[in-house]
Amino acid sequence: MTPRDPDLWQHIGAKLLAAVFEPECLDRCIAVFHRWIQQDACEELLIDVADYRHLRLGPGVILVGHEANYSLDRSLGRPGLLYNRKTALAGTFETKLIHSLRQAYRAARRLEEEQELKGLLRFDYLRWEILCNDRLLAPNCEASWATLEKRLRDLFAACCTGYGGALRLERVGGPRDLLRAAVTLPPAENPAAILDHFLGALP
Amino acid sequence: MKASNDLWRETLLPQLTPHLAREIAEFEDAITLRKQGRLSEKVFTEIRLRRGCYGQRYDNGQRHDGIRLRTLRYPCGDLLKGVNTVWDAPGMQRIKVPFGGLKAEQLDVVADLAEEYADGVVHVTTRQDFQLHYVHLDDTPTIMRRLAAVGITTREACGNTVRNVTACALAGICRDEVFDVTPYAKACAYFLLGHPDCQNFGRKFKIAFAGCADKPCALARIHDVGLIARLGNVNGRTVPGFEVLVGGGLGPVPYQAKVFSEFLPWEELLPTLQAIARVFAAQGEKRNRNRARLKFLVEKLGLDEFRQAVWRERATLPSQAARLPPLHEVEQPPQPHPIPSRALAPQIRETDPEYRAWLARNVYPQRQPGYVAVTVALPLGDISAEQLRGLADVVRRYTPDTVRTTIEQNFLIRWVPAHALPQIYGDLRRFSLADPLAGTIADITACPGTDTCKLGICSSRGLARELSLRLSAILDSLPPAVDALSIKVSGCFNSCAQHHVADIGFYGVSRNRSGHAVPHFQVLLGGDRRGNARSYGLAIAAVPSKNVPAALDRILRAYAAERNEDESFPDFVRRKGKVAFRELIGDLCQVPPRELEPAYYIDWADARPFSTEDLGVGECAGEVVTGVEFQLARCERLILDAQAQLDTGRLPQASHDAYRAMLDAAQALLESLGVKCSSDESIIEGFQKELYDTKLIFDPFVGSTFADYLLKAWQNRDRLADEEDTRRLLSEAQLFLDACHACYARILGGRGTTGKTAEDAR
Repeated sequence: MTPRDPDLWQHIGAKLLAAVFEPECLDRCIAVFHRWIQQDACEELLIDVADYRHLRLGPGVILVGHEANYSLDRSLGRPGLLYNRKTALAGTFETKLIHSLRQAYRAARRLEEEQELKGLLRFDYLRWEILCNDRLLAPNCEASWATLEKRLRDLFAACCTGYGGALRLERVGGPRDLLRAAVTLPPAENPAAILDHFLGALP
Repeated sequence: MKASNDLWRETLLPQLTPHLAREIAEFEDAITLRKQGRLSEKVFTEIRLRRGCYGQRYDNGQRHDGIRLRTLRYPCGDLLKGVNTVWDAPGMQRIKVPFGGLKAEQLDVVADLAEEYADGVVHVTTRQDFQLHYVHLDDTPTIMRRLAAVGITTREACGNTVRNVTACALAGICRDEVFDVTPYAKACAYFLLGHPDCQNFGRKFKIAFAGCADKPCALARIHDVGLIARLGNVNGRTVPGFEVLVGGGLGPVPYQAKVFSEFLPWEELLPTLQAIARVFAAQGEKRNRNRARLKFLVEKLGLDEFRQAVWRERATLPSQAARLPPLHEVEQPPQPHPIPSRALAPQIRETDPEYRAWLARNVYPQRQPGYVAVTVALPLGDISAEQLRGLADVVRRYTPDTVRTTIEQNFLIRWVPAHALPQIYGDLRRFSLADPLAGTIADITACPGTDTCKLGICSSRGLARELSLRLSAILDSLPPAVDALSIKVSGCFNSCAQHHVADIGFYGVSRNRSGHAVPHFQVLLGGDRRGNARSYGLAIAAVPSKNVPAALDRILRAYAAERNEDESFPDFVRRKGKVAFRELIGDLCQVPPRELEPAYYIDWADARPFSTEDLGVGECAGEVVTGVEFQLARCERLILDAQAQLDTGRLPQASHDAYRAMLDAAQALLESLGVKCSSDESIIEGFQKELYDTKLIFDPFVGSTFADYLLKAWQNRDRLADEEDTRRLLSEAQLFLDACHACYARILGGRGTTGKTAEDAR
């Protein structure tokens, strides 16, 4: 399949990998996600909580929304918080990606603040995965990867300006998986502050 | 919802047969018509159910969040996809898997669909189907196309139709079967799929094939029609055939199927099923859906009269023997399969206790020497997209591309060379698919319950998960008789997890304590799966959900300690009696005050106080939609097609479609009056006599105007129309169709079952 113009890609997901992910955090986050629904904690319409704790490789616990799902995801053996965009967004590839990054980042910060999850869940703000959840618009092929890699490198280079070190990009998953990139930002003393600055400054 | 839906339509068109492409396009048209308000909610509901698109919990746009009942404000606003069912609300897509048979390529596609359109998980049902949850209806035509491209259909997966035809997962490799029922199950599934005689049922219709009379692999006795392989003597020759059972079913009141025929030769299978379908369609209950299953018809008529009615129908039908492959065409032992070298596999020590437990529980030696079948035990019937792709790889690597779903919500990998067991174990373990639980008490069956089902009362999956975790931890210490017991958990009395036929069954109920709802499970003991489910369990008592593990513990201890040698659990329950078990767990039925034990008032795997306010109306088989309503809906689609033809300048085709829509609508009305028409001329003749001359079709305000449109179109049918004429014809066709809807409402005496919205009918 031929990849489309990346600005036409939709359903761009962002996963922030965990530094600490105790199994118990999945049990505890069920109550947290229910509370988020009560509090309208996210800008998406939140619908329900789906419990897949029994699958050791899979979506874990999902906060199901209309526009996107948030999940404490264990796919590919790489636990983290996944923001999985479901409805289409306007704008360039970068606009859509930044939206997903920002939503994942905000949810992660909020999760770390939840009392029930203290000591059980912590994120590594330097390690992300970007995935394109549409096999027709963004097939997992060499051409797509080349495009994705370039666009990610340009975007994240801007994020890392002034912090030194090299950005690492890696294609992850098998050929039948979604097109997926692992992004490792250069080491920084306070990566959350970088992201705060970076994501806050962008439109 | 997905941005690529239009692209998929174009991309997959060359890969689909014209028939399948048309079927899916028609469904897509129905979606368009519903959005335009040209199909009623009721008719559209049955149309989507017949494509396997089912409702899901909270799809009425309301959800109790633990504090209050909230309205979920979807972008679609007031648009509904069924009665009180919001368009944008997530739904479930059921995928039919006849006899559970699958190939690796199909697993890959289902995995992709779960990831792209659902929540990343595939659920295997107790009837060998797949289900995807949290699916948007707008994505379903693409899902259907992608499935159709690999030979899978969702047609008639729900609704008042012949549901998935199930069969023993061991068929063809079983050491005890009479013969392989696979080709018969397959022929039956495709013969009845979309069959005209199966379109007018009052309720769903389930068929199962069993390879033997004794084992519980197919549970033939709980089905509308159960077929058990038999050898019989016909004119001095031994021929394969079936014992035919009819009128079984679970639900709130379970029925055991009755013997319709001790032996039916294989050539008679399809026409006899067709005859049963005809009798069910003609005489089955249509108005009261609670009495509309075949079991009630058999009860009402009596078995003898039912049998006679079927044989009378059978006498009018042609043989369908040519549709059945001869027996030698069944699955053959595979050619020697190249297996990856042992060195490539992860190191598995033969003494590894996990591996040895897996060998003992998950591996079944086939009757073909040197081959085994391997069960992949799925927790709660779930498998993630990533795991499913891993399974597909294993199937490719070790087998001649054959795997089946089972009614225990597992997978069975068949034709694995026995010498490859260490390697396949290693590969399955990489994907967490090698839990040594198959066929054990920890391998629990559960329906979706309150997780996603609109009818769920309690969290069946929450309870099943909890019990499975506890039992897995002590499995090795359990006596073998206890280890092999079965547990099935349903979220309500409807028995989707088949709790009646488990050794230990549970179904969800609600009880009140001091004005607060408390989740409970009714405990059923002693269901006997042997003999294709030969007896149903006894209801003992309703136990608070949080006390169920303790109740189970006592029951298991009693069985382990007090059973006679070789006494089965059902026999033990019968011997002890209901009263003894009630006493055994009686104290656990008490609910402490909420102030002391608030956990009792919250269900498993939930954080909200328990409530039944989220209960919805089931779509289990939809409302009964008459053939006339379907025909009028098809006419709406024809007019939509005509408009598309007109828009692209194909005037003759546009005129034809519009004209055809008018004629077909008239024919539908005539059929509702009992007038059969075999040609266009006879439609016009019947229309003139029965609808026009009687003024039945006349509009109360404009009289014959709309009816005249048909007669004018008939007179001009051979005239070449220009664009203006064609456009006018389309408008007139739509007005005529509206008049037909209104007329049908009048024919029904205002029972309100027209294919248009109530407002339109007015």
